[in-house]
Formats: sequence, C-alpha cells, structure tokens
Amino acid sequence: MSTSRIDARFAALKAEGRAGFVAYVMAGDPDYATGLAILKGLPGAGADLIEVGFPFSDPMAEGPPIQRAALRALGEGMTLSKTLEMIAEFRQGDQTTPIILMGYANPLVSRGFEAFAREAAAAGVDGLIVVDIPPEEAGPLADALDAAQVSLIRLATPTTDDERMTVVVRRTSGFVYYVSVAGVTGVKEADAAVVAPHVTRVRKASGLPVAVGFGIKTPERAAAIARVADAVVVGSALVDEVALAAELNEDVTSRVLSKVESLSKAVRSARVGQTTTV
Amino acid sequence: MSARPNDYAAYPDANGRFGMFGGQYVPETLMPLVHDLTAAWGAAKTDPAFKAELDGYLKHYVGRPSPLYFAERLTKHFGGAKIYLKREELNHTGSHKINNCMGQILLAMRMGKTRIIAETGAGQHGVAAATVCARFGLPCIVYMGAVDVERQKPNVFRMNLLGAEVRPVTSGSATLKDAMNEALRDWVTNVEDTYYLIGTAAGMHPYPEMVRDFQAVIGREVREQIMEAEGRLPDAIMACIGGGSNAIGIFHPFLADEGVKLIGVEAAGEGMDTERHAAAINGGRPGVLHGNMTYLLQDTEGQITEAHSISAGLDYPGIGPEHSWLHDVGRATYLTATDLESLDAYKLCAELEGILPAIESAHALARVGDVARDVGKDGIVVLNLSGRGDKDVATVAAHLGMRI
Ligand SMILES: Cc1ncc(COP(=O)(O)O)c(C=O)c1O
Repeated sequence: MSTSRIDARFAALKAEGRAGFVAYVMAGDPDYATGLAILKGLPGAGADLIEVGFPFSDPMAEGPPIQRAALRALGEGMTLSKTLEMIAEFRQGDQTTPIILMGYANPLVSRGFEAFAREAAAAGVDGLIVVDIPPEEAGPLADALDAAQVSLIRLATPTTDDERMTVVVRRTSGFVYYVSVAGVTGVKEADAAVVAPHVTRVRKASGLPVAVGFGIKTPERAAAIARVADAVVVGSALVDEVALAAELNEDVTSRVLSKVESLSKAVRSARVGQTTTV
Repeated sequence: MSARPNDYAAYPDANGRFGMFGGQYVPETLMPLVHDLTAAWGAAKTDPAFKAELDGYLKHYVGRPSPLYFAERLTKHFGGAKIYLKREELNHTGSHKINNCMGQILLAMRMGKTRIIAETGAGQHGVAAATVCARFGLPCIVYMGAVDVERQKPNVFRMNLLGAEVRPVTSGSATLKDAMNEALRDWVTNVEDTYYLIGTAAGMHPYPEMVRDFQAVIGREVREQIMEAEGRLPDAIMACIGGGSNAIGIFHPFLADEGVKLIGVEAAGEGMDTERHAAAINGGRPGVLHGNMTYLLQDTEGQITEAHSISAGLDYPGIGPEHSWLHDVGRATYLTATDLESLDAYKLCAELEGILPAIESAHALARVGDVARDVGKDGIVVLNLSGRGDKDVATVAAHLGMRI
C-alpha cells in the first residue's frame, strides 16, 4: 500500500532523530531526459522525499522561479501523463523514496479524478498536493485518492487559525505541509522562530509529521527549519539552479544535485548535539 | 443538458455553486479571506444602510439611472424588431464597470481594508477601480497585461492621472488572465490589509454572485424603463461576454421570465474555425481556473490556452460560472461575433446612431441584426451598450489601415 512509503520514511527519520529533506523539482524541466536523470539522482544526493511538480499554464500561487520552470517544461511538451511515466521509470530503481505530486486542479479535472488516481498509484505516486483544491472542494478528489490508496496531503498556512485547522487536516494522511509564509513560492523568507509554534499546532491537530516549505533557499535556513520541523522542503532554489546551469552552459543534473547535497547535509546535521527532540 | 431550476434566485447555493459550476478553488492561504469576504458581503447585502449608501453614490456620482434609448435608425436599418440600447456607456468613467466598483469599494471600507488591487483587460475596470479609490482616498494597484497596456494606452494614462499604480504583467500571454494571476499572487502575499476588487462576475465565490448583484441594477432599470416605454417586457436581451458581468447584470432580473430570450455574444476573434478566439462556451469545455469551475479554453491536457480578440475586455479564456450554468440548462443562448464583424458594427453604430460603442459592446451589436430579424417586426430587443468606444479609436484606425 503506497501510503506506507511516506509513513515508513517518517518513522525512519524519527528513529534517526533528524528532520527529512524534501526536494521539489518540476517534472520535465528543462526536458524529459534531464528531468528523469535529476529525479533518479535525488535520493543519492540526500533527498528523503521528493515532490514532483506537474506543470500548469497558470500557477497562481507560484513566484517567478517555479512559473518559469513550468513554462520550460510545457515548452518541452511535458504533460500529466508523461509526468506519471517519468515517475514509473524512477520507481523501477527506487522502491522506498516517497513521491508526492504537486500542482493545480485543472490538469486533474481534465484527466478525471478516478482515472488519474488509478494511474498515479500504478506509477508509484504516494501522495498528492493540489494547491487550488481546498478542503471545501476536495470531496470528489479525496474519494478517488482513497480508493487508489494515494495520500491527500494538505496545506496549512499562516492564515489558518485553530478553528480552520480542524477543517484543513480532515481526510489527510502521510504528513501536513506547512506553508511558512503568506505569499507565493520563492519570494519571502521563512523565519524558524515564527514557524516553530505553528508546526507544533499543526502536529497537534493532525497527529502527523509536518513538513515546512515556501521561502527556504539556503543551507543555513534549511538547518534552522530542520530544528523545528519534521521535514524541510526546498523548491524555488532548486529550479533556479536549472535555469542558472542552462545560462552558464553547465551540466544541469550535476548542478541541481550538488545544491541538493549541500541543503540535505545542512538538514541532516542540524540537530546534531541538540538534546531536545521534537 | 441539466434540468432547469424552479427558482433561479436561489443560486448560487450555499457552496457557491450554480449547478456544477462556481465554487471556491483557491489556495489555502486565501480561504480564510474568501470566507471573511463571503460573510461581509452576506451582511452588507441585507443591510438597508449599505443599500442606501450605494444607491446615493450610483445616483449622484455614477449618474444612474442610465437611459434606455430607442435606436430608431439601427432598427430601420435591420428591418426587424425594435432595438433599444441600454446606455451604460453614459455612466461616469464610460462603462458598466463603475457599478460594481462602487459596490465593492463600499464593502472594502466596511471591512476595514486599506489597500485595493484590481486586474484589468481593456482598462475600463482599472479606470473604474482607480476612480472609486481616488474618490475614497485608498491606494490602488492595477495589474494589466503588458499587451493590453500597449493597446489601451489612453486608459493607462487615465489610471495614472487618477493616482493608481499600473503594474504591467509580462508572464504567460500578458493579457487579462495573467493580470488576474498576478492580482491573486498579490492578494496571497498581502493578506492583512488588501481587498481584491475583481472586475467581472467570475473568480471564486462570492465574487460571481456579488458582482452580479451590483450589476443587476442594469436589468432592474431596464425592466422599469421598457414597461414605461412599451408597456411590456422585451422579447430578447443581448450583451457581450468577457467575464460576463454586463451580461449577467442585464440578464439576471429576467431569469424567471422565460418568455424573454437572453443572448450573450462571445468574441470569435479571427473565427471559430481558427484557434484564435475567446469564446469559452462555444469553443471550450468545463474546468477550473481562477477559483471557479466554468467553461474554459484549454488543450486536451487541461492547460489553459490563450484567448484572442481584438477587444482587450473580451480577451479572457473563461467566463463567469453563472453563464456556464445558464448555457447548460438552456436558459441563455451564447452566440459569437468575429473581430471584423465587430469592427463593422462599431462603424455602423457610429454612423447611424452617433454613438461610438466600446469594441466589446460592438460584439453584441454585430449580432443584433440577426436577433432583431429573428424576433420579427413586432418584437422588442434590448442591447446592453456596456461602454463607450473612445478608448478604441486607435485600434479601429489600425484595422482600417489609418494612422491617427
Ligand atoms: C465596455 C466593456 N464591456 C464589456 C466588457 C467585458 O466584461 P464583462 O463581460 O464582465 O461585462 C468590458 C471589459 O473590460 C468592457 O470594458
């Protein structure tokens, strides 16, 4: 059952007494072959979980880096079904790293929720985050995902008060994604001291591990968040490496993976010597 | 086709739905804000003090009621039903957009918001938003596609004169949908103080309902005015469709009068047999964009495709959810008009009636002859002349191969 890949990974992280590192990449950025090579290299570079963005033409909650990544991928003909193909190829060599798909509603609506959920499960997808499907609209999607045993991962945000938190964590499994800043991806910076009490709040309401993302770009900040959260998500800083490598005529895969290495190293060592556990 | 409801006024339902259309597909960060807005609107719409305040500004500042004018020469030209024009172009700022802006700015102030953002296509909504912000002393930021900034320069200048900051949007196709994306990104970033003043009856609940209710003043006036002029209701009511606010505003008070045909006209751009059009209902299928489920221009993978229209105000790949529903239940009919047909209608209206219509409104005018002949000599057709065409003279000149 696919949910267990996420549960198993968080259980292992807990046993190790450290936070996980979650790498976000845009499927097919800058092209299918390179995107697949990056995906295959992520676990070795230190990614404990992987978020795979599926591109959408109108990503209303993304800042410029991920907007551009989506356009690059779409320009190369990336689609939802090719994203699933890519994940299936990845799964042939990796049975343990959880894969979370992340994107917007319309490609899923267009495919049909049931068909999508079946195909995603078959490809080896463990969880799904849909930015523009809040709990109020999630019923039909949650039903389809339940039937296919794919986790629906929810977003909690700085605007989520305690009352709303109970709505947000309904029908969620795997983990909860705490959006550390009010804003789009890759613009504002997350402050660990501000984030910490919210992580506690989300954990209490959901009984699930909490991953923190949006606004984490450097190893230093990743380490600071790793001291207060169960996992740290970095996205914009990684997709920016894709753009930069292309600009500098460098190898995209090695540039992205070396960034992942430096970030994951910071996350792995963040709690060394720290006496209290979270 | 879905079953027709017994009571159109009962929609949207408690979930913000018109049948399967509408809803609140927004990022979690915005959900509490959208709920706050729904509650504030719910309280305001039943508050007599709010209505009195709005009515006062509509009368003395906007200049309502707008006339219902018998277009004698257009009528004669087509040789069919009597054609009446609802003169929304005579409102302050030159279009129907101010009706909605006045309502929403009063609501924003009731909610204690201190910063206003808006998106605009033709610039008419941007101008109307900038106008009410100037009137009430609130800062205004207008997102506008870079392509539209170029083709609607006079309106950009007007907004600047009114004290608004116009931010050109270069992402995506750099037109109205991208301006809306950028406005949503601003809102999600400035959650404390900012009010998003959406310019059409689209987006997430409660906007489609709220904008409709603010624009329904058009239809309510038409009802009274046509009873006075003709002693009966019209046979058909027509309006152009961008997001659908001027259309739903004039349609809504007539939904229960099944004898009144409701006809929207979408922009067919270079033709419905090409991919360069902006007709969401005639050329799209249901999907989710900008917070609601509605008809959308999209490819087989669910990627939104670019709309194309000579009219910046109709250049949008979606349509308000209530129209999608009225189409599905068969209560309203949606026709199309091409760029060239609309240009011809623009000139015809200027020459025969001495009125330069907005190029948006000219899309409805392009089909009024067909409808008037269809309805026949003893019939009555009312057309919503949603805006004035001064802003379009450069575009029209360019298409005529002239420089001004
Ligand atoms: C004069 C005029 N009419 C119509 C429209 C289209 O908008 P809607 O369909 O919301 O009325 C616009 C939009 O800019 C406009 O300026």
